[in-house]
Amino acid sequence: MSATSALIQIKGLRDGLLVTLGDAPWAELQDLLIRHIDEQPAFFQGARLVLDVGTHALRVAELSSLRDLLSERGLALWAVLSESPLTEQTAQNLGLATRLSKPRPAEPPPAELPPENMALWVRQTIRSGMRIEFPGPVVVFGDVNPGGEVIAGGSVIVWGRLRGVVHAGAAGDEQAVVCALELAPTQLRIAGEIAVSPQKKSDSGPEVACLKEGRLVAEPWQ
Amino acid sequence: MTAKVVTITSGKGGVGKTTAVANIAVALASRGQKVVCIDGDIGLRNLDVVMGLENRIVYDLVDVVEGRCRLRQAMIHDKRLPELYLIPAAQTRDKSAVSPSDMVRLCDELRPDCDWIVIDSPAGIERGFRNAIAPADKVLVMTNPEVSAVRDADRVVGLLDAEEKGPASLIINRINPAMVKRGDMLSVEDVLDLLAIELIGIVPEDENVLVASNRGTPLALDGKSRAGLAFQNIARRLLGETVPFLDFEAPNLLQRLFTGRK
Ligand SMILES: Nc1ncnc2c1ncn2[C@@H]1O[C@H](COP(=O)(O)OP(=O)(O)OP(=O)(O)O)[C@@H](O)[C@H]1O
Ligand SMILES: [Mg+2]
Repeated sequence: MSATSALIQIKGLRDGLLVTLGDAPWAELQDLLIRHIDEQPAFFQGARLVLDVGTHALRVAELSSLRDLLSERGLALWAVLSESPLTEQTAQNLGLATRLSKPRPAEPPPAELPPENMALWVRQTIRSGMRIEFPGPVVVFGDVNPGGEVIAGGSVIVWGRLRGVVHAGAAGDEQAVVCALELAPTQLRIAGEIAVSPQKKSDSGPEVACLKEGRLVAEPWQ
Repeated sequence: MTAKVVTITSGKGGVGKTTAVANIAVALASRGQKVVCIDGDIGLRNLDVVMGLENRIVYDLVDVVEGRCRLRQAMIHDKRLPELYLIPAAQTRDKSAVSPSDMVRLCDELRPDCDWIVIDSPAGIERGFRNAIAPADKVLVMTNPEVSAVRDADRVVGLLDAEEKGPASLIINRINPAMVKRGDMLSVEDVLDLLAIELIGIVPEDENVLVASNRGTPLALDGKSRAGLAFQNIARRLLGETVPFLDFEAPNLLQRLFTGRK
């Protein structure tokens, strides 16, 4: 199953359609895609779409309006693949997948590690259902709520309460640490080690978790 | 007049959204406001039942959207109040019969001649939810003091922020003061601590709610019960009044509300 034009390529996947968008202004691509769908409603009816948008940097308004246009035509936007961190973030915020299959934790993130001092700055609370992934360190200025996830190649600093899931050193860096003003994660991982946090008092103050002789330990952060 | 559109949504099902829409609409209308409620739960309509208007349905939301009737014809007048109307959902269709832009268009048509449009959203984060929030000026997220409901509310708050529909306000429904005191139920504080959004109402567990729903006479019509009073208070806060919270909440709650979290 495949249909092709210069700017839009469509390929059948096992459980949906992969639409790859080429290089043109976003509004034009969106129009083209919608026209394409309206011309062959039977082909598209009920399909799950994976959209590969390449380097287009998309904001919430753009992605959600396309999603609504698709949903008005009975198509579900299921995942958005992109090389743009902004687009990935937007897609994650809208609850869309940003890769085709769940990554296995043992697998290193595909991107090259950025220089040590390039961190992702997240100025919002990571709520249930949100997932932040970054090949380097991540700083969250807000809470990580239960059901929220941060997966970082480097260390993770939470300037707030950490109650969700954090995986630091996801590519195997055993020097990575996790600090939080309140460290009470649902689950904490550094490199290959996993700790499930025991029921603890919430007044233990800021803490830092790291690997010592292969075991995950938490100590006061000072 | 330019109506304000308020949508009540939740994440988890069964937390009391439909009950809240009926009661808040009644409370607003009993304060002289012109109110139109819209049941956005297509396929599972029940706002009409809770409001006691089921037997008067001729046309519904989908009929309006698909042009089988004019907007006016689908508005059922609740005769207990001078200016309260309901646009019921279709029972025999599914959510895809209406789109977010249909909802925006419909509300824009209503806006000039009423004060409030109150929309009942279905549970979940799918099409029905997006239909219900699309026209909203203000979204009220409802939860019960229960871990799974709060988790789902948190998800919804995040999605609303992402859709630029935030900041949402919070209604906590079915608080049981005795259970909170025993430490067997999340307190208002616990819920606020996690969700960190503005609180607009706390409604106690009250068996009168069920009785009233079955009879089709929303509690806020007489406002003698505790839950009825709580819904009246939410309506007053929507109207911009400062109304103290009822007394079944954690002692240091007010302090927390005024100082904020960070
Ligand atoms: N404060 C309360 N005290 C006691 N019972 C309540 C209260 N609020 C709601 N209920 C009961 O909870 C049940 C669910 O309420 P309701 O139908 O309003 O929830 P909903 O969120 O609209 O559900 P759905 O997600 O299925 O649309 C009803 O039986 C209602 O009577
Ligand atoms: Mg309901």
